[in-house]
Amino acid sequence: MVTAVLERPTHPTTVTVDIKQPKASLKNLEFFYGATRALKGITLDIEETAVTALIGPSGCGKTTLLRCFNRMHDLTPNIRYAGEINLYPDGINIISDEIDPIEIRMRIGMVFQKPNPFPKNIYDNVAYGLRVRGERNRGWINDKVEQALRDAALWEEVKDRLREPGTALSGGQQQRLCIARALATDPEMLLFDEPTSALDPIATASIEELIGQMNQNVTVVIVTHNMQQAARVSKHTAFMYLGEVIEYGVTDQIFTNPQTKRTADYITGRFG
Amino acid sequence: MADRVLEVRHSDLHRNVSRRKVWNRVFAVAGLLATLVGLVTLAAMLGSLAIDGFPRLSVDFFFNFPSRFANQAGILSAWVGSVLVIIVTALIGIPLGIAAGIYLEEYAPTNWMTNIIEINVANLAAVPSIVYGLLALGLFVYGLGLGHSVLTAGLTLALLILPIIIVATREAIRAIPNSVRESAYALGATRWQVTQHHILPYSTGGIMTGVIIGLARALGETAPLITIGALTYIAFLPSPPIQADPPFISFSWLFDSFTVLPIQMFNWVSRPGTAFQSNAAAAGLVLLVLTLALNAGAIYLRYRMRKKIKW
Repeated sequence: MVTAVLERPTHPTTVTVDIKQPKASLKNLEFFYGATRALKGITLDIEETAVTALIGPSGCGKTTLLRCFNRMHDLTPNIRYAGEINLYPDGINIISDEIDPIEIRMRIGMVFQKPNPFPKNIYDNVAYGLRVRGERNRGWINDKVEQALRDAALWEEVKDRLREPGTALSGGQQQRLCIARALATDPEMLLFDEPTSALDPIATASIEELIGQMNQNVTVVIVTHNMQQAARVSKHTAFMYLGEVIEYGVTDQIFTNPQTKRTADYITGRFG
Repeated sequence: MADRVLEVRHSDLHRNVSRRKVWNRVFAVAGLLATLVGLVTLAAMLGSLAIDGFPRLSVDFFFNFPSRFANQAGILSAWVGSVLVIIVTALIGIPLGIAAGIYLEEYAPTNWMTNIIEINVANLAAVPSIVYGLLALGLFVYGLGLGHSVLTAGLTLALLILPIIIVATREAIRAIPNSVRESAYALGATRWQVTQHHILPYSTGGIMTGVIIGLARALGETAPLITIGALTYIAFLPSPPIQADPPFISFSWLFDSFTVLPIQMFNWVSRPGTAFQSNAAAAGLVLLVLTLALNAGAIYLRYRMRKKIKW
């Protein structure tokens, strides 16, 4: 049965949700590492200011898909995009050659799997995105740093030691620092690549809470290995397998009433 | 399932462990000996140089020109020459080496041409120094007409240490985790911003280590400088960099002839008579102390940067 799946052509995604206000819409998105087709034509809409989770077994392409949104793939040689990711409100195609990836990354932030603060102090970590833009107004930067740290629920813990190295914080604090760093530049969209897989359960809970609260302001796409996490934080879930989105719908629906057998098998732990 | 069960008896265990541990001790002794061979040789060399040369060290030795009379001869022209040549070497070699290293690591696309360049940089580090001298003789002395000058020497030694600096720069950069680059790029940084704000500051320790080791090597080089025609006996200094008339700064010292410490030393060694031999030993001592001081500086820098930056 698995062999049949490997050889089958691109399948249409089973979509059980109608997204009225998309922040981004993917049309037949394909991605190639050299000759390897890692994403095989993905079509779906990401709802504005909602949390969308990408789940699926290792190697299914969920991180590859996530990194298309901010063109992180451009840093590796020998890659190619095809299809469209239209970003709204202006409707530009993120992956088009005419769009400078730096512009995209100024609008779409990212938080990585392993907390990766710069070996600089806490303040400089959070202010970095503003510095990169050439911002010089100290007072304004101070305000943005404080606000970002508050939004990342880290302010109370670090307000007295902003000049200490960010790498001296605990793992969970470091990840919240990375979230603050991404929030300081007011991104329209925030990408999370398995943000809690290197953290303990308590730190995980605080990050999840944070993602839950972010709903109102920013569109979130989160890749997770942890299905409970997807169920807890997201409004919509896409189940991916072998470079395709098999099923896309409201999270509750996906977990309680999956439409395809493969989705059902994965969420019940029968494979993956 | 095995029919034989491993029976554990405490007396057996003890004998078993001590039998295997014999080889531990054998290697520990052999390793210690191997380490001592290098250390003892270095100490012996230093000791013999010190015994022969130390009595000759005096203020006069540093401020006298070489002379026919061994007891009046000094190393003034030699150390001034060495300092000037090293300054030129550093000014040319360091920026070129660091820039090339950064380019190869952060900017260059991975293709066959970059591969060829990379392999050849490694090869350059292995080219015998006298070959550089020959190249410099053809290119700088005759080709560009720079003469047997401080400038030619500086350029030659800069070429010589270029691969050392490039390799050190690349290694220092490679030690920076990719996650740091990614997070900076993800915030919308340009390649140059990533280089300027992250790559350079985090690799400074490693780069400086390579630079200092390169300069220490340049300081001791003799063969390529003899090849380009450095003088072995010189009783005047290059013209001073500051002058009384406008524009007050002069670069004519770049085109003056020169000698350096190792060449002075070589000159003295080749002369008959023990008096000149102890001059050579004294000059060698000065050179050795300079080189060791540079290396100590490199080690200190590396230690400090390692303590400062934690990932």
